[in-house]
Amino acid sequence: MLSLRKINKYYQVGAHALHVLRDVDFEVADGEFVAIMGASGSGKSTLLNVLGILDAYDSGEYVLDGTLIKNLSEKRAAYYRNRFIGFVFQSFNLLPFKTAVENVALPLYYQKVPRRKRNRIAMQYLERVGLADWAEHVPAEMSGGQKQRVAIARALIGKPRLILADEPTGALDTETSQQIMDLLTEINREGITILMVTHEHDVAARAQRTIRLRDGKVVGQEDEPHLKAVEAAGS
Amino acid sequence: MEPLLKLAMAIGGFAFIALLVILAVTTVLAILYGTIGSTSFDNWQEVMETLRRNKLRTTLTALSVAWGIFILVVLLGMGSGLNVGVRKKFQRDAVNSLWFRSGKSSVPYAGFQIGRKVQFVNADVDAIAKIPGIDHMDARFYVKGGFWGGPPMMVRRGIKANAFDIQPSLESGLFLDLLEMTEGRFLNARDLKEKRKSVVIGRPVQAYLFEPGEDPIGQWIEVGGVAFQVVGVFNRGGSQEEERAVYIPMSTAQVAFSGADHVNMLRFTVGDASVDEANRIKQDVIDELAQRHQFSPDDPQALHIQNNVENFAKFAQIFTAIAVFVWFVGAGTIIAGVVGVSNIMMIAVRERTKEIGVRKALGATPFSIVAMIVQEAIFLTASAGFFGLVGGVATLELLDKLQLTDFVKNPAINLSTGIAAGLVLVCAGALAGFFPARAAARVNPIHALRDQ
Repeated sequence: MLSLRKINKYYQVGAHALHVLRDVDFEVADGEFVAIMGASGSGKSTLLNVLGILDAYDSGEYVLDGTLIKNLSEKRAAYYRNRFIGFVFQSFNLLPFKTAVENVALPLYYQKVPRRKRNRIAMQYLERVGLADWAEHVPAEMSGGQKQRVAIARALIGKPRLILADEPTGALDTETSQQIMDLLTEINREGITILMVTHEHDVAARAQRTIRLRDGKVVGQEDEPHLKAVEAAGS
Repeated sequence: MEPLLKLAMAIGGFAFIALLVILAVTTVLAILYGTIGSTSFDNWQEVMETLRRNKLRTTLTALSVAWGIFILVVLLGMGSGLNVGVRKKFQRDAVNSLWFRSGKSSVPYAGFQIGRKVQFVNADVDAIAKIPGIDHMDARFYVKGGFWGGPPMMVRRGIKANAFDIQPSLESGLFLDLLEMTEGRFLNARDLKEKRKSVVIGRPVQAYLFEPGEDPIGQWIEVGGVAFQVVGVFNRGGSQEEERAVYIPMSTAQVAFSGADHVNMLRFTVGDASVDEANRIKQDVIDELAQRHQFSPDDPQALHIQNNVENFAKFAQIFTAIAVFVWFVGAGTIIAGVVGVSNIMMIAVRERTKEIGVRKALGATPFSIVAMIVQEAIFLTASAGFFGLVGGVATLELLDKLQLTDFVKNPAINLSTGIAAGLVLVCAGALAGFFPARAAARVNPIHALRDQ
């Protein structure tokens, strides 16, 4: 699905160059659910930016779905973001003045899908996350868990190959977190690759694999052995 | 009906221009950002939504632009009204004319004492008429009575009598006083030569002496106790005051009212002579008269001269200055409005950093971000400017109806000025939107989204 080869990234801070990603090197297979863990300042957000084609890197190679993502024009980057990647954020980032259905439909607006058609498709995705009844509500009228469901529906509507989740449960209570993780797991089972940044161990435990970052370096990759145990216990 | 038509044309023209500019701006942006973005109905819905969401901000911005245009339109309209009004006042007399009245000598000359009265005579008229550059030669003889002393000279028909102004003139009086004949003819050379008792009357005189529907031509009326036959009726720029007059041949007046061959005023037009040419002709006339009447050509008191060519040129200068001033103030007001829009859009972009970040993460191209902001700015300035324009034109129409002073006539802006203002405004709107939009397109989605 995607591979990173010796990715380096620097931030210019005054006269100093801050080395935030150091030879980051890993692969994610199609349909995998991978968690990225690390303390704050470990470079995990920067890594997510690079993966999400929201930020450029200085050296190395990032190949997404067979396409080398390097030195893309803004327009090209926007195109790939729109077609390949769905984003889920910690703070949901729904547009406050748009209703749930309009928020979900927004990626299709940038694919030039006519309003009526995209709203119809958005309704299907809202149904899928169980929020069809909330279609005409604005985010301020919803709970955190509902907002994150809307955000997930929005991430799915562009039929992405990859979902990038940045602390998707960071703003939610334990029970809601579990529900959101269930939803992500379900989506993953349907074949969508998920990459999730988190600092919570029990959330990371829901992934099939965890990549640990420290000081911009990959310091360990491990399968989650208890995942199968959890699943076995669940079924 | 006419003002409505003007308004409709202004509205139509404005809308057309706005559309053209929007198309042009979209094309330029598309070239800049390498995308052919559709300015579809969908985009407009996004724009309207944003504007509706920030009602107060939108209203205040719109108000500043509308006010700018309103002020510009009213200023321009009043400027042009003042121009027309004063020109009209001026143009009751030919602006290309010079008037000579006689005075008393104040400089000793050729052995003569000072204080000698200069008296124009008929021979002067013929001599002056020969000076090159003069196209219409006129002269006036003042009938004594009323304004010129003594009991008023009456114009009478039957039992109706009134003290109308009596103007003994030559046949060229028509051109000097810019008369338009509504009926019959003006005095002609034969009237003058044969000292005929012909009279040309103003419309108020006709209305006073004759019944409605009665044909005045060929009728006899008394002027200063002498019977004259009406040969024509004139209109003088619609001025009631100036039309309360009758014109009779100067030669007849000199005989009938004991004027010998005396002439009180010499006046003539100089075609389309420039100020310099007019001054040269003036000097020729002074020299001629000085020689004929034995006074110094440099004597400032012997002649009283009114040079309308020069006076009018000065007036024209004042109007140019006023026009420049009006444009200066108006442009300043518009610039202030546009800077306001730009500022507001800048703040809007700041406020919407997060929204723009989300949009970019979801696949918005830089073009679509720029187009969104610019479209908003254009829409805001264009529609606000439109209301300012309509309000300004309506105010001008109202002022025209009220007729507060004679000095301001038909205050209105012409269509091309209105369209030019619209064009400038929409372009300014695009410009006002562009810089904030560019800033918006550069928003880093991650920083924006992390911004809690």
